[in-house]
Amino acid sequence: MTLQFLADGLIAGSAIALGAAGVTLTYSIMRFANFAQGEFISWGCYLTLLIAGPIGAGFASSVDAIGPLSVGWNVVLAGVLAMALTGVLAIALDAILFRPLRERGATITAVMASFGASMALRALLEVLFSSHPFYLSRELQMAIPVAPGIRVTPDQMVLVGFAAGLIACLHLLLTRTGIGRALRAVGENPALARVAGIDVGRVILLTWFLVGALACASGVMMGMVMQIRPTMGSDILLPLFAAAILGGVGSVPGALVGGLIVGLAEATTVELLGSQWRAAVAFVVLISVLLIRPTGLLGRAP
Amino acid sequence: MPDFVGMLAYASVFLTMTLINGIACLGLNLQWGQTGLFNVGVAGFMAIGAYTSALLTSAAVDGRFGGYGLPIVVGLLGAMIAAGLICALIGVITLRLRADYLAIATFGMAVGVQLTLRNEQFLTGGTFGISFIPRPFAILADRPLLFGFANLALVGALVVALVVILERLVRSPWGRVLRAVREDERAARALGKNATRYRLQAFALGGAIMGLAGGLEAHLIGFIAPDAFDSSLTFLIWTMLIVGGSGNNLGALLGAVLVSVIWSASGLATGVLFAPEDQARAAALRNVAIGVLLAATIVLRPRGLIGERLRVSRHAGEDTA
Repeated sequence: MTLQFLADGLIAGSAIALGAAGVTLTYSIMRFANFAQGEFISWGCYLTLLIAGPIGAGFASSVDAIGPLSVGWNVVLAGVLAMALTGVLAIALDAILFRPLRERGATITAVMASFGASMALRALLEVLFSSHPFYLSRELQMAIPVAPGIRVTPDQMVLVGFAAGLIACLHLLLTRTGIGRALRAVGENPALARVAGIDVGRVILLTWFLVGALACASGVMMGMVMQIRPTMGSDILLPLFAAAILGGVGSVPGALVGGLIVGLAEATTVELLGSQWRAAVAFVVLISVLLIRPTGLLGRAP
Repeated sequence: MPDFVGMLAYASVFLTMTLINGIACLGLNLQWGQTGLFNVGVAGFMAIGAYTSALLTSAAVDGRFGGYGLPIVVGLLGAMIAAGLICALIGVITLRLRADYLAIATFGMAVGVQLTLRNEQFLTGGTFGISFIPRPFAILADRPLLFGFANLALVGALVVALVVILERLVRSPWGRVLRAVREDERAARALGKNATRYRLQAFALGGAIMGLAGGLEAHLIGFIAPDAFDSSLTFLIWTMLIVGGSGNNLGALLGAVLVSVIWSASGLATGVLFAPEDQARAAALRNVAIGVLLAATIVLRPRGLIGERLRVSRHAGEDTA
């Protein structure tokens, strides 16, 4: 047995952490578990794929791989644009679906609406792209040994750094800026925040944008290391929830910790029991947290 | 000359399957419509029922667990007990926590059930599923029309019995507490009602009804496989309840019929309209349509076609809706 699974778990865990940060943000600001979060991830990935093609065709030199990486600037640029577009997608879904329900005060109905939206969005990807797999990168990379028995590719190193950077930025945004304070204030008490002069509508828009953008980043990470399929987002939904609850709902550092733990637990299970049980890990983690410490590792009591 | 006998036989099978989904929908109505409990694992509980009943009643197979050859009634009871117990277990863990955690936990449970169905060959037959499940009225099997009608009558009778029981429950003091808990838990608790216990009872009972639906499906088709119980089934049952009218048992049944008709008709339509190589994508298009239907109903007509009747007791005041 080599320790390679630790590296694999770290990479999967980083992608989970980015998505879980979105779940935790949605939960603390809009106060519902968004079942369409997985679809933001898949849509982000497909949008990146869709934009990278024309950029590569227009500027042939952008397809050349950047240094030791397997993709060119076209994918990087496409990823950034897709993050913005996925943010807009999240805002649009809020405008047509969640806002009317929020105004009616039907929070738990929003969960069901998100469930319906997730099915529609996933099926729409299948209509548009079929269930045929796509790839952001087909290139084979030489893995570099970083520790005894552990090898990682340059792509993977950059991706983990990228995820850690994004989570750190998000954490700083929430804790060190005026916008972040407004966001947390709405999460604590929307009515009081409104009285204090905070534009709650804008805070919600910003939150959805962040949620969409983070989901897209998570999707790009997943798209770099595995096949792109319409079900990629719904397959990772349970790990996202497990990670968000394990870390403590509302806590961004918690999402990072939760994501890494779930990712490592999955990789360990695959190593020890076989890959068919990967999806059960998140469920076991979820139930254990709900039984032992429902507030999560870094969360506060509700 | 059109094949009237064949069409009638088809209609009876279609209606039987619709009513089975209707039964699951009644279970969901008890959980969501009456009590406000959000269950995203409907397909999982149906699968537990289907597999339990199949394992109890089918003949023994080498290398697979179960196969006790018990009567169908025993199988269906086992299906209800198994699904109800698992439901209660999930409820015990999550009902004391935030409402969304129940949704997430049931979703996870359905994923876990789906994995077990696919991977534990010794228990569930793996992806091939379980076949040769005993069917009621098997003696009539060579006369499709009579066979179809007998099964339809059986399921129909069960639906009527279930609606009568559930309607009585809704009107009973127990049913009133459920709605009180749903509307204002704090007020219900102030009146001395143990909200969590009532929720747990409603959740487990609803799960048992879903298990019954799953068990019936196993026996009436005679064959079950993991694919029949994936998340799109949960989604379909939810759409039935919301479109028909959450909180109303007859609404649940109406929704089941209506959504089944839309689902089957769209299946026939895409079968005719699209080339064979596009069939998979056309099937996805149906899911988009049902997803939009669900979301649109929630936003535009939250009460569904026939929503909840707000006055359930002749002692209560006039209908305020």
